[in-house]
Amino acid sequence: MALEGQYMGMQLGIPDSDPENLAFFEWCGRHELRLQRWQSNGLLSYPPGTASPWDGSTEHEWAPVEGRGTIVSYCEVHHAIHPAFKGKTPYLTLLVELDTQRGAPSEHEALRIVGNLVTPEGELAPLESVQRAGIGSRVRIVYLDVGDGFALPQWTLDTESEQPTPWRYPGS
Amino acid sequence: MASHEIVESSKTLRDKYAIIGVGETPYSRNSGRTTRHMGVEAVRNAMADAGIRANQVDGMMSYQVMDSTPSTTIAGDLGIRLNFHCDIIGGGGSIETLIGMAIGAIEAGMCETVAIFRSMNGATGRRMGGTGGGGGRRVGANALFGPIYGQASPAELFAPSFMRHMYEYGTTPEQVAHVKVFHSWGASNNPRAYYSERVTVEDVLASRVICYPLHLLDCCVETDNANCLIVTSSERACDFRQTPARILGVLGRMSKPRSDMHLQHGPITRVGGYYGQERLWNNAGLGPEEVDVTGSYDAFAFTTLLQLEAYGFCEPGEGGAYVSDGTIALGGRRPNNTAGGHLCEGYTHGINMVIENVRQLRHEVDDYCPVGPDGHRQHTYDYSEGGCRQVRDAEISANLGWTTVNVGSALVMRRG
Repeated sequence: MALEGQYMGMQLGIPDSDPENLAFFEWCGRHELRLQRWQSNGLLSYPPGTASPWDGSTEHEWAPVEGRGTIVSYCEVHHAIHPAFKGKTPYLTLLVELDTQRGAPSEHEALRIVGNLVTPEGELAPLESVQRAGIGSRVRIVYLDVGDGFALPQWTLDTESEQPTPWRYPGS
Repeated sequence: MASHEIVESSKTLRDKYAIIGVGETPYSRNSGRTTRHMGVEAVRNAMADAGIRANQVDGMMSYQVMDSTPSTTIAGDLGIRLNFHCDIIGGGGSIETLIGMAIGAIEAGMCETVAIFRSMNGATGRRMGGTGGGGGRRVGANALFGPIYGQASPAELFAPSFMRHMYEYGTTPEQVAHVKVFHSWGASNNPRAYYSERVTVEDVLASRVICYPLHLLDCCVETDNANCLIVTSSERACDFRQTPARILGVLGRMSKPRSDMHLQHGPITRVGGYYGQERLWNNAGLGPEEVDVTGSYDAFAFTTLLQLEAYGFCEPGEGGAYVSDGTIALGGRRPNNTAGGHLCEGYTHGINMVIENVRQLRHEVDDYCPVGPDGHRQHTYDYSEGGCRQVRDAEISANLGWTTVNVGSALVMRRG
């Protein structure tokens, strides 16, 4: 079934004609991270796609994946461009590298997911958290419900992991 | 190193095509004109520069992001009947792509001479740094992997690669700021530049943060303008009035692996241009050391740096030193964007950087040096403010076009 949602004043929608994206966000709606595992090579891929990026095959299952990883890069936005984000600055967009399948199938490959740093409840992180996170920070996935059976994956500092001193933009 | 097989046949076109005319409108932030009006002016200026008549131009190409006027309208206004035209969707990296495609069209016998233009109200019309590529209220599935997280503008989109470069290589904000500083030196000697004042590293770092790692002055200025250049065969180029800029090698829109979402395949700091390095220099028959002047696309100060690394002007990780040690400054060993680029002269999605290098190769880039008895500018090579910007004995130029981190294009030319 098509998904419809609302987030920060934006209307979100995924139509029935888009089965891969639909499946990904339906699993998110159940607060589970699942990615396509391709039958031909056993690899997981992100973002959802029509075929395996390594061989073009299409047979796959939606495999459960642990929602833990490391911030490998980030952007701290002070001048929001997206109208929905005016008044929410500064906020962090994160590039999170999952622990699962890191460095596979080749050295520079990994499952890297874009999201925001949020509170455990899914709200954009307050200033003190924004200034505490950086490259190297450990994060875990949280889900923000945006509609019936529809949620967005987000990331919060993982209090169960040992947190290294993160790298941040000099002087920030 | 990239594992592409080099197409041997591409070398056979080396030197056989040239840019014979260039032109533009003023750069402003309030043109008060249509893209049709500006486009006609730019194409007409390029034709006048070449000394070419309407019946000698039979091809036209343009690029746009649904913000401009098609070739058929511009050609009609100018009395040009087209044997070939093609308007493509795209911003940065498109001009090099179209130059290559123009060569292909001529080579295929589809036409003889192609005018390529970009006309845009980049400040008062569609703004890339406005809602960018995904700021609408209705969000489709593709926006759920970036824009939904407030990653909507080019700055926000490219920042992870820039930030990671600082982390991995210790690249400093001061080093990056030098790109703006040195481009402003060129702009101060260019009466067309929208921002013609020289700035300092302190000015850049004191300007407000847009999104770390980018300050306002690390970002290009969005402007209203049109630009045009004209491509024809080297044989035909001799019929026209300017010293031709001959095309040695051209690459269009090569991508990183996983072009569906390039961040899946690192290194995160690597840009699309990296994968064209071998092909470009092989096609051109020379290497980066032989290049006298570069036009590395400066949507942001950082894009210039990453592309200079990608094409081997310096080693990966050494971009910070390369852009800050004076090499890319006027009077340096290999100046970059001597007109001021997008950071200072104006925003054209790349074509003004090619036009500047065409003028550099003609040895006619100066606007302020005294005019000699032969009617030409006598270059002083005094690069102080309001002075010369001609690179001494410029013979070879390289333009490095940026579309995104994922996609790049390139063009190598020689004096002709």
